[in-house]
Amino acid sequence: MPEGYVGGAQPRVDGPLKVSGLAQYAGEFPAEDLAYGVVVSSSVAKGRILRFDLEAARATPGVVAILTHKDRPTVTTDAESHQDQAAPPGLPFIPLLDERIVYSGQPVALVVAETFEAARGAAALVRVEYEAEPAVVDVAQRRDSAYDPPEKRDGVPPPPPPRGDPDGAFAAAPVKVSGDYRIAVEHHNPMEPHASTVFWRGGKLVVHDKVQGVTNTKAFVVNMFGLPEDDVRVLSPFVGGAFGSGLRPQYQLTLAVMAALRLKRSVRVTLTRDQMFTFTYRPDTLQTVALGAGPDGRLQSIRHDAIACTSTYEDYQEAVVNWSGLIYACDNVSLSYRLAKVDTATPGDMRAPGATTGVYALEAAIDELAYAAKVDPLELRLRNYAERDQNDDKPFSSKELRACYERGAEAFGWSRRSPEPRSMREGRDLVGLGVATGCWEAMMQPHSARATLTADGKLEVACATADIGTGTYTILAQIAADALGLPIDDVAVRIGDSSLPMAPVEGGSWAAASAGSAAQMACAALREEILKHARAMENSPLANAALDHVVFSGGRVARADDPARSISYADALKSAGRERIEAKADFAPDEEFQKKFAAYTHSAVFAEVRVDEELGVVRVTRIVSAIAAGKILNQMTARSQILGGVVMGIGMALHEESMPDRRLGRFMNHNFGEYHIPSHADVQDIEVIFVDEADEANPLGIKGLGEIGIVGAAAAVANAVFHATGKRVRDLPITPDKLL
Amino acid sequence: MMNFSYARAESVGEAIAAVSGDPHARYIAGGTNLVDLMKYDVERPGRLVDITRLPLREIAATAGGGIRIGALVPNSDLAYDARVERDYPLLASAILAGASAQLRNAATTGGNLLQRTRCYYFYDVGAPCNKRAPGSGCGAIGGVNRIHAILGASESCIATHPSDMCVALAALEAVVHVAGPGGERTIAFEDFHRLPGDRPEADNTLRHGELITAVELPAPRFGPHHTYLKLRDRLSYAFALVSVAAGLELEGDTIRDARVALGGVAHKPWRVPEAETLLRGQKPSREAFGAAAERLLQGARGQGDNDFKIELARRAVVRALEQAAAATPQRQSDKSIN
Amino acid sequence: MVYVSGAPGAVTVSLTVNGKPQTLSVAPSTTVLDLLRERLHLTGTKKGCDQGQCGACTVLIDGRRVNSCLQLAVMNDGREITTIEGLGAPGGLHPMQEAFVAHDAFQCGYCTPGQICSAVALLKEGRARTRAEIRELMSGNLCRCGAYTNIVDAVEAVMGAGASQEAAE
Repeated sequence: MPEGYVGGAQPRVDGPLKVSGLAQYAGEFPAEDLAYGVVVSSSVAKGRILRFDLEAARATPGVVAILTHKDRPTVTTDAESHQDQAAPPGLPFIPLLDERIVYSGQPVALVVAETFEAARGAAALVRVEYEAEPAVVDVAQRRDSAYDPPEKRDGVPPPPPPRGDPDGAFAAAPVKVSGDYRIAVEHHNPMEPHASTVFWRGGKLVVHDKVQGVTNTKAFVVNMFGLPEDDVRVLSPFVGGAFGSGLRPQYQLTLAVMAALRLKRSVRVTLTRDQMFTFTYRPDTLQTVALGAGPDGRLQSIRHDAIACTSTYEDYQEAVVNWSGLIYACDNVSLSYRLAKVDTATPGDMRAPGATTGVYALEAAIDELAYAAKVDPLELRLRNYAERDQNDDKPFSSKELRACYERGAEAFGWSRRSPEPRSMREGRDLVGLGVATGCWEAMMQPHSARATLTADGKLEVACATADIGTGTYTILAQIAADALGLPIDDVAVRIGDSSLPMAPVEGGSWAAASAGSAAQMACAALREEILKHARAMENSPLANAALDHVVFSGGRVARADDPARSISYADALKSAGRERIEAKADFAPDEEFQKKFAAYTHSAVFAEVRVDEELGVVRVTRIVSAIAAGKILNQMTARSQILGGVVMGIGMALHEESMPDRRLGRFMNHNFGEYHIPSHADVQDIEVIFVDEADEANPLGIKGLGEIGIVGAAAAVANAVFHATGKRVRDLPITPDKLL
Repeated sequence: MMNFSYARAESVGEAIAAVSGDPHARYIAGGTNLVDLMKYDVERPGRLVDITRLPLREIAATAGGGIRIGALVPNSDLAYDARVERDYPLLASAILAGASAQLRNAATTGGNLLQRTRCYYFYDVGAPCNKRAPGSGCGAIGGVNRIHAILGASESCIATHPSDMCVALAALEAVVHVAGPGGERTIAFEDFHRLPGDRPEADNTLRHGELITAVELPAPRFGPHHTYLKLRDRLSYAFALVSVAAGLELEGDTIRDARVALGGVAHKPWRVPEAETLLRGQKPSREAFGAAAERLLQGARGQGDNDFKIELARRAVVRALEQAAAATPQRQSDKSIN
Repeated sequence: MVYVSGAPGAVTVSLTVNGKPQTLSVAPSTTVLDLLRERLHLTGTKKGCDQGQCGACTVLIDGRRVNSCLQLAVMNDGREITTIEGLGAPGGLHPMQEAFVAHDAFQCGYCTPGQICSAVALLKEGRARTRAEIRELMSGNLCRCGAYTNIVDAVEAVMGAGASQEAAE
């Protein structure tokens, strides 16, 4: 039997469409009756709208409507009915609801015109008068009013209760470190701005939305506008990146639907890059980590406290501190997580939400501990290796982190590191080597999938999940091609359509394991169906063959012990008089397994930096990221996922920072010129290693890869900067000024 | 972006007549900054006069041994021009340190001089800014100001000039050729950009209707003893926090003359002739370079977030002069700083 | 002097797009990017920032790479524009497009057409020889998915293929 596609390096099946510009994104679908909406954003952070002057805007040729809170279609204001799958507790923001302003950049009007240029020109003429109130956007100013969120967010475990005697153990520990850590506010900034194109079709809506879950958008629109289920279909075949910003329906969707319903025509609303800074972001989180250890570096106490910002109207939550009770073995642990309200939009999930933040602080503190204890940072991590999840008191379903440390260190050349900070140089540059651990939960969600085989031998797999650049199209094609023994070119994958079998939002790295498992189950059901028809054929060579006695390969079902005895799928279908056969499967995670085991992905990230100390210039010259994440479905797309996470980690360590003006309550550098994401020049050599890891949480052994690449990456870089310079910068990003 | 009317000029005279007669008219060439600002509604011209078809695309030798660069020569053509690469490598390097290949292909020589500041408050019509809306106040003072001026700022504006090319042009003592309704004139580079004072809305000394026709460079100097050192928040495609254009004339191991200009620190490329005088007759050394840096930064004042720029600029000057003296100019693709 | 008012549709521009002559009525404020995307439905050219700060809109105008978001259509009257759709299509991809697929030089695909147009111009410009030079001269194209190392691999592969072809000739 030939090698399968799963596990190989399969180029993206959607690649040719993407490289030729034929892949269409939400804001790119044309319609004869299309009107263009341009959003007007609030310039104040808090207060209320006193009046609009719309005269000049209305007089602009081509303008067809201006929606404001005074003039918009009815929406439900019942909190329950506009909650979405990823909503935290609270009252979700509804654009144009009333005259109140709750954050800077909040949409206050939508100008709709026959052309984009007319809408943009008229939007520039809208005058809004506000009554402004003082706003607070810095969580540090709200530290004293921090609170334990009364309602917990679904799917986000609160910190586990304390164990042992963390305070006593810390006081008694011979080696201890403690520090305050903070990461600047980051905005997701996918390259594709958020956009919605709403086709109005005689009262029914076809919505092209930039979103990570079409079913989420569909339910949101149906509930928000009180529409019949059958009147709304949502499509997102291609998504130009999201990183969490597409988990919740964003305000451009609501505005586009409002305008389409009001005007009874198709409407597109695309946000500007500036407006990409007017909704979700990675929350500003104040963290304190205190570690106590023995002289050998073995942990005796871990305390990790966090205060994260949220909006005035929702209690966004993520798991920030839990990781500190999980990654290392320690019997005395106390973890706390509280919120404080600021006058911004609600923060949200951004790549590895919570873990990226919390593990950065933990891994920087562990590095500090290693220097304090004079133990090699890698050795210290090995000495504290957790063999069991002490938070939940469970064994791991699998954990090959030790192999990550070993293989990563070898590939990176960790042994060349000299222990003292500032001890390695090359020319003028100080050289630094740093390491950090990464961790992310291996999650799964119920998913459904359908597999359809047609008489021409072509297979289609369908699921409402998304491909936001992750490679979903390709891994589903690989799984399905292997399941039925077909060339991958004979497999079509349909996703990103709310009319397809159910999938929740694509996030948390659960899509591959969940949609992949559902697809495999659907294909398995199809195999049974094929065999049934093949056996029923007159004089069938497979007459008595059971499912485990046959193989499906090359478009034929054959006896395993005698491959010459086979029947083509086409013949099987033909003899049954079928043009197509179809099977649907519903996948749900194995709850018993989940009760018994803790399932996580792990990484060891090694970073090499060169620092021109005099000028504060840091270059990340090499990263090795060794990953343990169960079965790797596609070496190529999996590697890319990790590369992407690492690059975003470099951005977090060195570049990314949304800077608020505390008087205006506004992020000021709201563009790609002044909000720096890494450029080509900032990214040199990155090596990705996948270590073997067998896991049984699902039949394919998949754990997911979307998040793990970023977790620990920023810490590895920051730790390398310390090793190079002897300067411990605890607040990221490490911009040149912090090293002078 | 406001709607506007459009006119395409076929001659310099026609262009000048079209703009000088209309207070709301502006010239447009590469558009890399003006169109950007119009989209933010920072610039709201009523009419654009397209000058891209004017015959201002030549790089010609001058009688004085220098070159005269037509105002419409794209930045990339200028940087890659064989004479410029050979005789004015400092200029080529500064150009290639800025923006991106795409922007350099579109941006013109004249337009580069007319780039407006990257101040966040200037760009954000929802924020106060005396440069954009005179009298509305300066948001950057007391606000977010890590990219702002440490030299020559005023109570009403702390913006910086964002160009890289202009820093080199300052060190090379270029001359700007201008045509206007009153005829032609030349402006020493020094006098082209201005400090904000109480009129920050004016970036330069051009009068309405005046058109840059060329930038002239005197005969080449410095030989291999030059550098353009740019420090920024990411390694490419970012504006300078601090940049230094430096050129030295060496006689044996003695500095005969020097030119040093700083970018990213003031409302214009910053030169202090006294600092250059200090270097004359000195042997290249960190002490001598440090003294010149002190003089260049005399009177520097931080605004909070940008306090670090004073020390960063001081160190950058020293390093740039070391690079120039050693004839090891900073390469723009190799991110290690020698 | 050509003079037109600011109204939508006030001005007629003639362009050659991917070898095909096009004559359209636009507003003076219409950019080449919006003309391509909204009028010609050539949506392969992407709008990432609309400010010249990301490179997603990169096209070739008269053979040179530029940010089409900052180009007013009216100013490009008479010029030749090549977009990603003009480089190649599935079944007949340009070598650079092939290389991007082979090296997985993209994830979400949104910056990809701009990266490819930029890389094609980079090769033609002939200024990049090393990986460091490729990186620097491709830095005008941001990629949030972080496919940078794979993009450089793809560019290098095509560059190497071109170099060995030259050597053989």
